[in-house]
Amino acid sequence: MGSSTSQLSKELLSEYQELTFLTKQEILLAHKTFIELLPPESQNVVDSLTAQVSRVPTEKVLTLPELKANPFKDRICRVFSTAPEKDSLSFEDFLDLLSVFSDAATPDIKSHYAFRIFDFDDDGTLNKEDLKQLVNRLTGTEEDTQLSPSEMNQLIQNILEESDIDRDGTINLSEFQHVISRSPDFTSSFKIVL
Amino acid sequence: MSQSPSFILSIPEGKESPSPYDESIVHDSFHQLIQEQSQQAEVEALELQEWSSRDKGKQAPQNYNSATLRILANMPSRTIGRSRGAIISQYYNQTVKLRRKNSRPLLRDMSSSARPSIWQNDLELDLTPREEEEKRSLLVKELQGLTVAQRDHMLRAMPLSLAEKCCLRQDSCIQRGRQKHHHRSQTQLYCCSRLQYHCIAFRSLWYGLLSGLYALKPWHYSLKQISGQFGSSVLSYFLFLKTLISFNVLLLLFLLPFIVAVQVAFPPTSEFPFSQSFTGLELFTGRGQFTHTVMFYGYYSNFTLNQPCSSHQNSDHCLPKAAHLPYNMPLAYLFTVGVSFFTTCIALVYSMSRSFGKSYQVGSTLGVHAITVFCSWDYRVTQKRAARLQHDNIRTQLKELLAEWQLKQHPRSMCGRLQQMIVLLLVWLLCLGTAVGCAIAVYSFSEFMHEKLQEVHLLALPLIVCIINLVIPYLYNAFASWEQHDSPVLEVYVAICRNLILKMVILGLLCYHWMGRKIRTLGDQCWETFVGQELYRFMVMDFIFILLDTLFGELVWRLIVERLKGDRKPEFDVARNVLELIYGQTLTWLGVLFSPLLPAIQLLKLLFLFYIKKISLMANCQAPRKPWRASHMTTIFITLLCFPSFLGAAIFLSYAIWQVRPSRTCGPFRTLDTIYEASKVWIRRLEEASPSITWFTWIHHFFFFLVDCCRLAVIYFNIQVVKGQRKVICLLKEQINNEGEDKIFLINKLSPKLPISRPCSQSTEPPSCLHY
Repeated sequence: MGSSTSQLSKELLSEYQELTFLTKQEILLAHKTFIELLPPESQNVVDSLTAQVSRVPTEKVLTLPELKANPFKDRICRVFSTAPEKDSLSFEDFLDLLSVFSDAATPDIKSHYAFRIFDFDDDGTLNKEDLKQLVNRLTGTEEDTQLSPSEMNQLIQNILEESDIDRDGTINLSEFQHVISRSPDFTSSFKIVL
Repeated sequence: MSQSPSFILSIPEGKESPSPYDESIVHDSFHQLIQEQSQQAEVEALELQEWSSRDKGKQAPQNYNSATLRILANMPSRTIGRSRGAIISQYYNQTVKLRRKNSRPLLRDMSSSARPSIWQNDLELDLTPREEEEKRSLLVKELQGLTVAQRDHMLRAMPLSLAEKCCLRQDSCIQRGRQKHHHRSQTQLYCCSRLQYHCIAFRSLWYGLLSGLYALKPWHYSLKQISGQFGSSVLSYFLFLKTLISFNVLLLLFLLPFIVAVQVAFPPTSEFPFSQSFTGLELFTGRGQFTHTVMFYGYYSNFTLNQPCSSHQNSDHCLPKAAHLPYNMPLAYLFTVGVSFFTTCIALVYSMSRSFGKSYQVGSTLGVHAITVFCSWDYRVTQKRAARLQHDNIRTQLKELLAEWQLKQHPRSMCGRLQQMIVLLLVWLLCLGTAVGCAIAVYSFSEFMHEKLQEVHLLALPLIVCIINLVIPYLYNAFASWEQHDSPVLEVYVAICRNLILKMVILGLLCYHWMGRKIRTLGDQCWETFVGQELYRFMVMDFIFILLDTLFGELVWRLIVERLKGDRKPEFDVARNVLELIYGQTLTWLGVLFSPLLPAIQLLKLLFLFYIKKISLMANCQAPRKPWRASHMTTIFITLLCFPSFLGAAIFLSYAIWQVRPSRTCGPFRTLDTIYEASKVWIRRLEEASPSITWFTWIHHFFFFLVDCCRLAVIYFNIQVVKGQRKVICLLKEQINNEGEDKIFLINKLSPKLPISRPCSQSTEPPSCLHY
């Protein structure tokens, strides 16, 4: 809308454009979307950009239609949040999120953040528990949609055999990126567009 | 320079490091160590027994004490994924490499006993342990050494939060102002980086242009809707449609200004009767009033347009007030068609090679389980129902993969495999037999219709061909249900192959019929316009049948399903629809020579199709259930567009230009023996004008030969490079495996000896003997 265009300053806009993979229109759209998520009293430009004053709690961000149906939505918000308790996003965190999920982002940075999203216990590697949780989230949350325990174990064993090159029972970032680089569909499917 | 391990072994020092050729020396030095070890082994026999039971399965033993676990958690390979310090040092190393010209060490500088890893100095981690602040300041200093565009490019690609990137940028900006005069001496190093800067600047300009175009794209929202509801498989159909639109626009860019517009500006004197009334049937047959318009070949003049009267040739076509820009119509026609085909060929080959490069990599068929689990969720899907469908699809895919894997572990018996082969062979014979039978039916029908030249009867042949193209694929699907393929992806490939064979056989037969029988029958009666009209009829009939198929296949089926309270809405069959698009585009390419406006009609048809298919999709269909590798399939579609489709059209065109005699009564090549003669005449005229040009005609005979030789050489070279890369990958994997084993061995040996009270910070130094 016209009002928000004039409110976000040109220097800030160009700085954001240079440091992220988003275009000017996408940044403005992100700002508009972010402002709508804020409580009414801080819905102005100055407050929305000050991280200390206005952070949108994760529950509100998860109401966005682009994230609602995503099984990893809570992990995405957690990974991009810079708050101490990881429970809210500032505008810059939101821009970071959109930048990594945009069209122009490099496969390297996408795979880096995908690794962090899939690392449920935040220990820097994907161990068996992480993989188990990942598969369960992929197949659906109800009881009857999950794989049987034997299938799950077999699947995790196969995954580790295919991707764990140094045979230490976990998948670290380099091994994950190596697997991802073999799949040409990853870059086009790891996208969220407002 | 190689970084040899710095831990101390009892190797006799004093000489230079032993080369691999002196294997006996190396073995001897280890021999002593092994002896010592085996003496200790008896002492530690009990201990070893305990460890070996846990070492089974080559997995790290789980029960370490807490100190070991803390140290393991701080290992560089685990912190790179989560700690700022590790990221900063990684990017510091990358920035240093960017600045240096020679990032790869010279082979002669490496010690001859170095292990076979080529990128030895490409370790992503800074080896000397440093505090985070120190690393950050080093990174800032490196960033100052880069140009602005490079620095922004580097910052953008760093996986840090936006606030930190702003800080880094500000810091490197401030320092940069102060240190500007230091950099003059270092400008020689940046000659290559300057080129890189220009490339990056050009690229950012290009992205700016693209983003501007992107904002103008009218279909951006529609495509987002489609991908949100149906995923990337259905999206690939619409993207392919957009690609075809761009190819047609490319053709029109040449044809419209150089042929059509010129002829419209200088219409020929009306030698043809204009008395026919307009009936609706002409829209379908292309005859009647359309025959003598710019649409078809027969309308075009065969002389030089806009010629001034002072010239001694063709004085009856000259204009008294000509603007001295004579335009040789036959030559223009031939060259424009040739150049547009050539450009289309280059565009096709380029997009095909780019697509290939993206989707087929060394080892891309391995690791299916990992790839499915990590990469198969499509984040663009936003609707709840579609997300649930995705969950179902992924679950089915995982179960199928596991079943396939089980099958590979216990392969079928010889008997079972033989049976499978026989069934496969039978089904293929049936399909090929059906295709040949259809071809014969089409041929005999065309012979039968040959005599009847009434207008309505002209529509019969296209009707029959379209009915065959509609019905036979369903028959093929029925046949395919008998055979059991091991992988569902192969089924899709096989179905596409069969449908394509059917379509190409029929098209090939029709071309033969036109070039043979029709030319002989029509002779001098403007057979080119007739062929152009035939292709127009085929295109229109194809469009009508696609509409009918959408209507009955999707809308009516959904109504029936709703009435019966079923759950299975019709699926959008991407492969079949894409093949229909390829067929339509083949018809266009076949007919460009005979009807220059055919690409415009195809363009209109594609635009209509986009909206009709989208509306039908959103209203009636559900996403396909089979797993779909979008990138591979897109590559296959582009390849199919290039090879049977475009190549066939190019062969047909070449034959028509080189071998066939143009009709005497119409068209730009009336007076010539073949269409190609127009260019020969022109070259002769040029040679008469200036004799030095004769070498040009002589050299073009060898031109294609040279180009082919170069191409073959490049292909051979690339194949060798790929082979070499595969070998290197194997070696590196082995090396990593060995390093992993070393790591586990050392952890096991050292973990009971570590003191318990150790500060738990991110820059904890591991014990010095683990430095390597």
